[in-house]
Amino acid sequence: MTAVARLRGAVVAPLLAIGVAGLLCAVALLVSGASPWTAVTTVLSQLGSGTVAVDTVNSAAVYYLAALAVAVGFQMRLFNIGVEGQFRVAACVAAIVGGTVVLPPVLHTLLIIVVAVLTGAAWIAIPALLKAYRGVSEVISTIMLNAIATGMIAFLIRPETFGELRGNNITTPPIPESGWFPGVPVGSGTIFGMVFVAAALGVGYWFLLGRTRFGFELRASGESTTAASAGGVNARRTIVVALLLSGAIAGLIGLPELLGRDHAYTLSSPQGYGFTGIAIALLGRNHPVGIALGALLWAFLDKSAVALDVVGIPREIVLIMQGLIVLSVVVAYELVRRMEQRAEQRRVAAGTPEPVGAAS
Amino acid sequence: MSAEAVELRGITKRFPGVVANDGVDLAVHTGEVHALCGENGAGKSTLMKILYGMQAPDEGTIAVGGAEMHFRTPADAIAAGIGMVHQHFMLADNLTIAENVLLGAEKQHGIGRAARARISELAGTVGLAAADGSGARSAGAPLDMLVEHLGVADRQRIEILKVLYRGARTVILDEPTAVLVPQEVEELFATVRAMRGEGYTFLFISHKLDEVRAIADRITVLRRGRTVGTVDPREVGNAELAEMMVGSELPSPESRDSSVTDREVLRVEGLGLPDPAGGRDLLDGLDLVVHAGEVLGIAGVEGNGQTELVETVMGMRRHARGRVLLSGVDVSGLSTMARRERGIGYVPEDRSRHALLGDQPLWANRVLGFQSRPPIGRHGLIDRGAARTDTERIVADFDVRTPGIDVMASALSGGNQQKLVVGRELSGDPVLLIAAHPTRGVDVGAQAGIWAELRRARRAGLAVLLVSADLDELIGLSDRLAVILGGRLVGTADPATVTPEELGTAMTGATR
Repeated sequence: MTAVARLRGAVVAPLLAIGVAGLLCAVALLVSGASPWTAVTTVLSQLGSGTVAVDTVNSAAVYYLAALAVAVGFQMRLFNIGVEGQFRVAACVAAIVGGTVVLPPVLHTLLIIVVAVLTGAAWIAIPALLKAYRGVSEVISTIMLNAIATGMIAFLIRPETFGELRGNNITTPPIPESGWFPGVPVGSGTIFGMVFVAAALGVGYWFLLGRTRFGFELRASGESTTAASAGGVNARRTIVVALLLSGAIAGLIGLPELLGRDHAYTLSSPQGYGFTGIAIALLGRNHPVGIALGALLWAFLDKSAVALDVVGIPREIVLIMQGLIVLSVVVAYELVRRMEQRAEQRRVAAGTPEPVGAAS
Repeated sequence: MSAEAVELRGITKRFPGVVANDGVDLAVHTGEVHALCGENGAGKSTLMKILYGMQAPDEGTIAVGGAEMHFRTPADAIAAGIGMVHQHFMLADNLTIAENVLLGAEKQHGIGRAARARISELAGTVGLAAADGSGARSAGAPLDMLVEHLGVADRQRIEILKVLYRGARTVILDEPTAVLVPQEVEELFATVRAMRGEGYTFLFISHKLDEVRAIADRITVLRRGRTVGTVDPREVGNAELAEMMVGSELPSPESRDSSVTDREVLRVEGLGLPDPAGGRDLLDGLDLVVHAGEVLGIAGVEGNGQTELVETVMGMRRHARGRVLLSGVDVSGLSTMARRERGIGYVPEDRSRHALLGDQPLWANRVLGFQSRPPIGRHGLIDRGAARTDTERIVADFDVRTPGIDVMASALSGGNQQKLVVGRELSGDPVLLIAAHPTRGVDVGAQAGIWAELRRARRAGLAVLLVSADLDELIGLSDRLAVILGGRLVGTADPATVTPEELGTAMTGATR
């Protein structure tokens, strides 16, 4: 009964929020002189055309990894803003290693993945230790490490260090085919192999949080550090492990594109996934399924921008929509949460017999 | 006869699913001390919030001095001459007494000389400047003293001063004695009586029957949101009053049948804990022993190291000196979890902060503290089925009133939350239970249940370290009593012979 009620809350809130965001977007479109109807039909019809659907899934996988990385921290109320830096450094280092070593196919790919994971974890180890042993806010230290990451990458891919000059671009040495992660061809596109890794990671995340001692301690610390410590949770260890885990997952964010499409890390490699991950983790309420839906929606809206441009609707409407969705989801969840809490108290009060035990 | 100072008639306040007040009548004469009694959840707080303008009643009228009032905010109530002193003080430590009084009331008399004159006049009324400080309490506090240097009793007087300065003639005191030792209670009562002589009216909220009978001119009892009746304390006894409150016999914590053995379970040797803020040591060479089947009660004024003692034994704080031995094994270096695994149960003093995850269902709360050992924890995994089964057991055995174990912990009443915590901490056959204020903020029915469980566990050979501010509870449950003062144990007492007054004296360090 409660489970059904909770599920209803989990579904109603985001649908409501997306509906409201859609309405507001329609208003914005009308104000700017475009037709919301055209926008909707354009966006929906593009799904069948070309590689839009495959691209959406591929880019959703990237977002999914980013959001999982953020969500692990969120479970403990740790705000890892440095996912961006961790993923970029990890992608760069993994690309350099992958382009330098020579190994048989599967091993090569595995090595690149392991290097990325370790680099991501190493990059967040600094804020993690500072937080656990010196109480330094992880928000500040991870943001600052983002800036350092940019400089670090620029240094690493200089032609004088590990990079190569290719036309106008600087890039890491290309990863030979033995290091690629083969994808699944669908229609005219290819679904990255890393998409399945991301999905498996989602299952692992669900299992870790709901079924393991560490997951329990993580969530307990997130809800109440005091109760957790009285319950025997080692706060420092939990902080360090949670952040390392977050960084390790962040290390994977760049790999779908690196191993499935680009095969090298360049100056113009994509950025910003780490920040998108924060928005999607919020959207999905840190729940593995919620995040997956959020990532798909986000990726789909991203792809819509191109189609909208074609029919003369400003592509910025997509940014507005994304922003509005996050805002309304946060508001809607809070409203639903309060309503549920009140309903539960009512239920407890109604279902509880006389409050005073008459000499039992 | 002149109009009543405050008259509430037919007050009804409904919250979703609960009727907190159901046609409550309350008439307070001008110049009397009127006590409002009732156990937790009886509707006292709701009634006072309505009178103080913090909530609007669904039905009923409020009249002050015969004129009907509609309070929308506390400011309205203050304007009508009603002031409230909350149980938890709201003072700025880094301001002086005078500044605290003035804060937010600058409009009354400005902030200059006129204001100061008025404050010192009222300070005499509340006994602040005149307090001659018997015992260890700080003597008469000058108005320019920083509040951080003051004790609880003086802070309370500042709170009263604050409401008087804002023009209150009727003062609501919400559980004013909860934080005081018996001597301070006497001093407070003397002040209240003197102020009554000056024409002030008091509404005194409490569930301590002795105190209510000592101070009140009339007592109104609430039970389950209804007025049971208004009585004269000279005409009714404690037992009758209690029966009005709970509708049954008052439970007593007596447990004289001794089950003490000579097997040491907990031994604490020379425990020392420095103050991280650099002050005097929080624990200073503290020694104690608890045997199997024994309850050792720790009495003391709050803030003398009880919390630190408990948290150090639990391993939540790292001590600098001394040893903690559990059944003869030194556990000083072990983590909280390792100590729990060796059989320490812990009922913390603040259940919402230290014992429960409010947004988690009851069965997840059962896991907390037990996530590492069977039946719930196995090989790093959590056995949800086992947790649920055992939560059902606790709910049944400890009479936790809840519609189910999927309810969030925060939805339960305080008493039921505490029963769940006690049930959890007694599971897994602990050898030692550390219980800090196990029945604080718990209604009388739940209190009786918790006492019964503690006694049952003690008979079965459990060692209990009991810290409590409720002297009756301490005397009633303990086999031995120790008094803590300034981070060390300064005396012992036999609960069979000691009186609460003697204990109170020892707690202030006045006699030794």
